[in-house]
Amino acid sequence: MPSENSQTPNVNDFSIHVATINGSGSQTSNNVLMRTIFQMGVPVSGKNLFPSNIQGLPTWFTIRASKHGYIARRKEVEVLVCMNPETALDDLKALPPNRVCIYDAPLKLSNKRTDCTFFEIPFARLVAEIPETDARLKKLLANMCYVGVAAELLGLDLAESEKALMKHFKGKTKPVALNMKALNLGVDYVRKTYPKAQVPYRIERMNATGGKIIVDGNMACAIGALMAGCSVIAWYPITPSSSLVESFIDLAKKYRHDPQTGKATYAVIQAEDELASLGMVLSAGWAGARAMTSTSGPGISLMAEFAGFGYYAEVPAVIVDVQRVGPSTGLPTRTQQADLLEVAYLSHGDTKHIALLPGTVEECYSMMQDAFDLAERFQTPVFVLSDLDLGMNNWMADPFPYPTKDFDRGKVYTDADIEKLRAAGKKFERYRDVESDGIPWRTLPGNPEEGGSYFTRGSGHDEAARYTERPEEYQRVMDRLARKYETAREWVPKPELTGGPVADIGIIAFGSSHTPVLEAMDQLSADGIRTAYLRLRALPFHRSVQEFVALHPRVYVVEQNRDAQMLKLLKADLPAELCTRLRSILHYDGLPVYADAIHEGIKRMEVPQRVVSGGKGPGTRGEE
Amino acid sequence: MATTVTPKPPAEKKNRLGLTREAYTGGKSTLCSGCGHDSITAQIIQAFFETGVDPKNVVKVSGIGCSSKTPAYFLGQAHGINAVHGRMPSLATGANAANRKLKCIGVSGDGDTASIGLGQFCHLIRRNVEVIYIIENNGVYGLTKGQFSATADMGTAHKKGEINEMPPVDCCGLAVELGCGFVARSFSADFKQLKALLEAAIHHNGTAVLDVVSPCVTFNNHPASTKSYKYSKDHEIPLHDIDIIPHFEPQAEIHIEPGTTREVELYDGAKIVLKKLEEDYDPTNRAQATQSIERSRQAGQFLTGLIYLDTARRSYVDQLHLVDEPLANLPQSRLRPDPKALDEIMDSLK
Repeated sequence: MPSENSQTPNVNDFSIHVATINGSGSQTSNNVLMRTIFQMGVPVSGKNLFPSNIQGLPTWFTIRASKHGYIARRKEVEVLVCMNPETALDDLKALPPNRVCIYDAPLKLSNKRTDCTFFEIPFARLVAEIPETDARLKKLLANMCYVGVAAELLGLDLAESEKALMKHFKGKTKPVALNMKALNLGVDYVRKTYPKAQVPYRIERMNATGGKIIVDGNMACAIGALMAGCSVIAWYPITPSSSLVESFIDLAKKYRHDPQTGKATYAVIQAEDELASLGMVLSAGWAGARAMTSTSGPGISLMAEFAGFGYYAEVPAVIVDVQRVGPSTGLPTRTQQADLLEVAYLSHGDTKHIALLPGTVEECYSMMQDAFDLAERFQTPVFVLSDLDLGMNNWMADPFPYPTKDFDRGKVYTDADIEKLRAAGKKFERYRDVESDGIPWRTLPGNPEEGGSYFTRGSGHDEAARYTERPEEYQRVMDRLARKYETAREWVPKPELTGGPVADIGIIAFGSSHTPVLEAMDQLSADGIRTAYLRLRALPFHRSVQEFVALHPRVYVVEQNRDAQMLKLLKADLPAELCTRLRSILHYDGLPVYADAIHEGIKRMEVPQRVVSGGKGPGTRGEE
Repeated sequence: MATTVTPKPPAEKKNRLGLTREAYTGGKSTLCSGCGHDSITAQIIQAFFETGVDPKNVVKVSGIGCSSKTPAYFLGQAHGINAVHGRMPSLATGANAANRKLKCIGVSGDGDTASIGLGQFCHLIRRNVEVIYIIENNGVYGLTKGQFSATADMGTAHKKGEINEMPPVDCCGLAVELGCGFVARSFSADFKQLKALLEAAIHHNGTAVLDVVSPCVTFNNHPASTKSYKYSKDHEIPLHDIDIIPHFEPQAEIHIEPGTTREVELYDGAKIVLKKLEEDYDPTNRAQATQSIERSRQAGQFLTGLIYLDTARRSYVDQLHLVDEPLANLPQSRLRPDPKALDEIMDSLK
């Protein structure tokens, strides 16, 4: 039973872990709980750990409040909410001592441990009092009821919960009132049953979230695509990428119809598979549209042949890969950064691609715009590598700025250009390297000027796009493509340096490992280890990557895969003498990497004689 | 066999755009001498020339195989894209979405369509993407030296004697089943019919499937083949004689005997005049189309002509409710929402 607790409360720096059943409506409750904290000005993040299932399997949601502004996943949990009989015992077992557990009364957990504070709540009985609701609705309201319990125990402002509900139900007063009723039943029950209860965790108002937004990476990518003027999307549904295109559809319906005619300035095509998706995107890009697809690992595998066609025939396309756990079907609802090598060289033959690596939701937004510009500038498929953690979880961010750059449509000859060429006694040649940057000029179908057309093929071709099998002609095109890739090093988003300039070690990371690395840097700093952190933001690498490695005796490459894929790409790019400086911090259990794992992994290798407390996290491996 | 002879009109003849036939030609064919595909190429050139389509407003798409090489041999002033095996339909779909003003012609083969690309073929038809989809059907894989394809008839023999025991994929039957609005079958050596069907297809607003038996002189023109010139000639049963009255030439002189013809109006006002042969055939009757395909299959006949026509279905770009201008031509001002829109989106996330 709960006891009066006199220890100094932990204010705004703890995690709430809610265990429910998939499909029970807990998502709304979790979001309301998270938004309540957010609206109280406290930095917050929400991670949904869900099964590949529609209804019935266990699901967890972790809300982290952090007065320091850390928004990465945290492994430790302070407040546990148990709603799922199937996992309750395991969930409770994993809870460290002296923590708080709120549980559904029939689970009878309070006698299972003596070192935790329990709150037994008869959720079903409480919501049974709400009239005019059926069994299904009652189940949903039971979930809302735990928000009330948590609110009362942690000191949340119910007015903010109501605001969050208003937002969720888009201002519809009836469902808001019903949910508030359920929420208040939780509040009243705690007041009545545990009048003297105090838990050592409190949320107190701060002023650190004013003006901020909460958004998932898929929505951020969709907004980016919208502002980038994406006009054709072909896609095939796949977790965890589907919500990206679905978000785009919602936005485009509102903002991309001609005000006069009501007609669409975009086409979204749900294809028969990912292979067809990329075929459609490539031909749309070839014909002059800004075209993209979004998928995950299995879809990328299917796109391999077309990706090589896009590279060799030089056709723009934007391909988003919201990575999930492989190989094969793997864990479709868990996160990883393990498609990196696949994407870097996707397709047979000598193929290599430009890939962008957003590390935040802000970058999901900005890099989608970069991706369209780069795809048209370089006339090639450009990949955007997001992941499930970034794409589907809730991230706090500053509002996205309106783009300041105009579209870069790349080297496209207009009719007038073709006419000018002809007047000058020259001819348009599709694959001629006019400016020695490896990037040729193209024309678009429907170009009415004679001499502007060409035949695009994936088979051997010369500068004039004619079929060829001649060794020197084939090789000239391949060498120019390599030159084009070199040009791209200066055009893609540059790496971002944090920390330093004086540092004991270097850290290299990318994508969703970003926020845990920032947190781990503070932890390492507290241990007296000074760090400099270079965040890679694109392939091919900028030359500053080599300079960074040269500056540090040991460089830890943090990545969320088993095979040290980024380290392998770095080794392929760096001079041999620098490669020995690289070490790996690998995390690949399917859950997002967290700061402690990086901190401990690096510390273990930096201070080998010292015993690191806490042990290593599951799936995290340090390698020299 | 005189299958590669191209009927050449007088050099000075010009079409309604003032273009000569020359404007519709392409590069030199690298196919085997006598290949049926070259005859089809010649009829494509002729049909586009006579219909007076601006070649610069055409896109050519294809997959991989002998057939898929042919877009390089016609309409040299049109942009073309020849990509990967069996995926021509996805190219047609993307090009349509990006630029709805372009006339799209796709050339595929029986391996490209009925084996590796069967899925895309079906889904293209379901969407009713506006494309003239030509299957140059010879029942074998040519570039890989003569393996059976999925359209090889049951009982037909391989050059080396092996008998095919599997039933063929009937691309026309499948197209009718999937709701295709224009389904025709022809023979590469039947120049007149093929040209008329191509012209009719040019006027169609949606997917037009033309399954053209086009004998492979190198691997499948032997006596035991059912896709040889001789077998096809001996077994061809035309459903009707076909003539086209284009919408821009409503008074075209066509000899019509009362009671023997059926007129069908195409999407843009052009008319097909079908002259009755042995029995009256109504190409707008889907049940009859299915029956005819099945009966001819049982009888071992090679049924040619316009098998099914439905001009009522909306094409894919119409279903997408796109703006009238090609998406590819829209300027930034129409593609990027204004700052107010972004503010609104940001507010919704606060």
